[in-house]
Amino acid sequence: MSLQELKAIAEKANARKAAKKRRLCVCSGASCLSINAEGVLASLKKHVTDKNLAMEVEVIPSGCMGACNQGPLVLVQPESTIYQKVTPENATAIVDEHLVKSEPVQSMLLFAGTTQEATLDSRQSDFFRKQVKVVLENCGVINPEDIEDYISVGGYQALRKAVSTMSREDVIAEMKQSGLRGRGGAGYPTGLKWETVYKYVGDEKYVICNGDEGDPGAFMDRSVLEGDPHRVLEGMAIAAYAVGASKGYLYVRGEYPLAIKRLEIAIKQAKKLGLLGANLFESGVGFDVEIRIGAGAFVCGEETALIASVEGKRGLPSPRPPYPAERGLWGKPTLINNVETYANVPPIIDRGGEWYSELGMPKAAGTKVFALSGKINNTGLIEVPIGITLREVLFDIGGGIQGSGKFKAAQTGGPSGGCIPEQHLDTKMDYAALQAVGTIMGSGGLIVMDEHSCMPDVARFFTEFCMEESCGKCVPCRVGTKQMHAMLTKICTGRGTMRDLELLEELAPMVKEASLCGLGQSAPNPLLSTLRYFRDEYLAHIQEKRCPAGVCKMTSGSASVASPKETA
Amino acid sequence: MIPATNHAHQIGEPNRNSPRIKRLSTVLRGLGHKPDALIQALHAAQGMYGYLPLDIIHFIASELKVPPSRAYGVVTFYHFFSLKPKGEHNCLVCTGTACYVKGAQGLIDRIEADFDVRAGGTTTDNKLGLQTARCIGACGLAPAVTFDEEILGKVKADEVTQILRDKLGKVAS
Repeated sequence: MSLQELKAIAEKANARKAAKKRRLCVCSGASCLSINAEGVLASLKKHVTDKNLAMEVEVIPSGCMGACNQGPLVLVQPESTIYQKVTPENATAIVDEHLVKSEPVQSMLLFAGTTQEATLDSRQSDFFRKQVKVVLENCGVINPEDIEDYISVGGYQALRKAVSTMSREDVIAEMKQSGLRGRGGAGYPTGLKWETVYKYVGDEKYVICNGDEGDPGAFMDRSVLEGDPHRVLEGMAIAAYAVGASKGYLYVRGEYPLAIKRLEIAIKQAKKLGLLGANLFESGVGFDVEIRIGAGAFVCGEETALIASVEGKRGLPSPRPPYPAERGLWGKPTLINNVETYANVPPIIDRGGEWYSELGMPKAAGTKVFALSGKINNTGLIEVPIGITLREVLFDIGGGIQGSGKFKAAQTGGPSGGCIPEQHLDTKMDYAALQAVGTIMGSGGLIVMDEHSCMPDVARFFTEFCMEESCGKCVPCRVGTKQMHAMLTKICTGRGTMRDLELLEELAPMVKEASLCGLGQSAPNPLLSTLRYFRDEYLAHIQEKRCPAGVCKMTSGSASVASPKETA
Repeated sequence: MIPATNHAHQIGEPNRNSPRIKRLSTVLRGLGHKPDALIQALHAAQGMYGYLPLDIIHFIASELKVPPSRAYGVVTFYHFFSLKPKGEHNCLVCTGTACYVKGAQGLIDRIEADFDVRAGGTTTDNKLGLQTARCIGACGLAPAVTFDEEILGKVKADEVTQILRDKLGKVAS
């Protein structure tokens, strides 16, 4: 593959697109697929052919468009009109009205029939207006199973630029300048990480993509892998060049069969065109990648546990240092980044670190993808500049709280994070600001709760999660989460005492300080965060044997006869 | 999870001429018989058998040249692998945060009561298995339930039993 050949493919694909008057993208993310997007795609294709429009209209499956709650979605290009809740039956109206008569179907426009404004150009709707798409710029617009479509929007140009015109040091300098920080949750500066791996001398180095998106309520990485898999591969290839690795592993959750399938297709296509393999763009640089499928263990999101899992072992974390940058996969220097981090790399190399650094906040550049779910009108996938306030995310983009509910708290960072109560709605979605209110940016799960959620029960839910997912290697996590869960269960069933609350507050910092890896170190966060803002709810459970949200089933009158076995 | 009886006497060699073992052998060859391919090999085997019989775990361990104890350790460590056969049809209730907030526990309670089944087990006639999952990533459709491979979104506790009965009826006829 040479630059000329890459350009030729792009030109051919663009000419093919230009020959068509319109393009229909049918959202084929997992959410829309589960409500018959496939039937919609088939129906549209058939109807377009029946109406003799096949010459001027192209119908393709695409990645997630974001407004999952209104799916299945169909996007009409070039008008950028999105139709909602499309079925194989009503899909014909889009062809008959919009395509043939150029009269958009008002009743099916995105957000029609809701309290939010439906717009002809969906980019003008409240849901999209405040979003800035970098990672998701191709998601929902291109066919994820067609490499030529990716190349036609500039795909693999960044890889070419990196390996043919930039030195390894240049690439790392560009990444450092961009200010990109790891999107997996911890927010470590990406350029710095790359530089560390680059500096270690080794006959063999590895790059790993962490696609073990385990936080319940998070589906950002899944959507990126499903909607734009080539972009992640390209980002990995650039990273491999920069640090001096020639082999990569993509670790994906076993729960994401569609993402795995699309990645397999993408790798096959890229290999065929010579965009993966030996001698990329005749530079002498080679990169090969293999998929590793996870088997359902939350702890494998921790980098040392993930490495053990890639090696085919139980996913047990090991103490750091040595960090994977020094001694990682098979004892070799290894770079591990998250899916979203890699997806940010091609545009940074393409448009420059300076361009990226101007997005977002000074110390937290760029955008962040969030998965909105819970009691909010627009559940789905969004990408916003870092520094946007939680209020804007929930009420402008998210369309507000579902039904007549009242906002109570938003949970970020999953079982490792905390909640943000109403008084902090104007908090900026930024690493430092979120930390100041007692939670974390996390990987991007954002779950909204209204007055029907009981906060001690939420803490119990997350603690149970951590207890069951604890790998058992270190005592503070294995035993600590179990004891915390037992006490929270007592409180949530009306058998808790003030002594339990005291013990919880004593135990939580111990688990935090003494655990071996991130799982245990962050396991007490949901408890500490709910205690900080909703202590009155804990007290109501303990002192009044009452659950203010009406969630917990209280065993009345049993408080004084708490069985000693409960905490065993 | 440690079996009470000494399995060493019970685990026979799987029949190497069975079509499934032949298929599994092809997969193992494709993986280069590398020890680090253990998890991928177990995935493939569970895909063929629906669960991981002990003799198959042994077979994979010996083919990949890893100790059986390590293979067994890996099987029991990861949630995805099962030592027990699942039901003929399987219902999986997502218990991720979004589903939890929208009432997943109510769905589990209802299914357990109406089908006389425990989460993690199967009905006595083995027709329906009930499982729970951490998060299937269909948070926009919460609370979500899957029946075999199909995702059912926004399921209500009052309707879940009828939905499952309909599904079971449909696949039976």
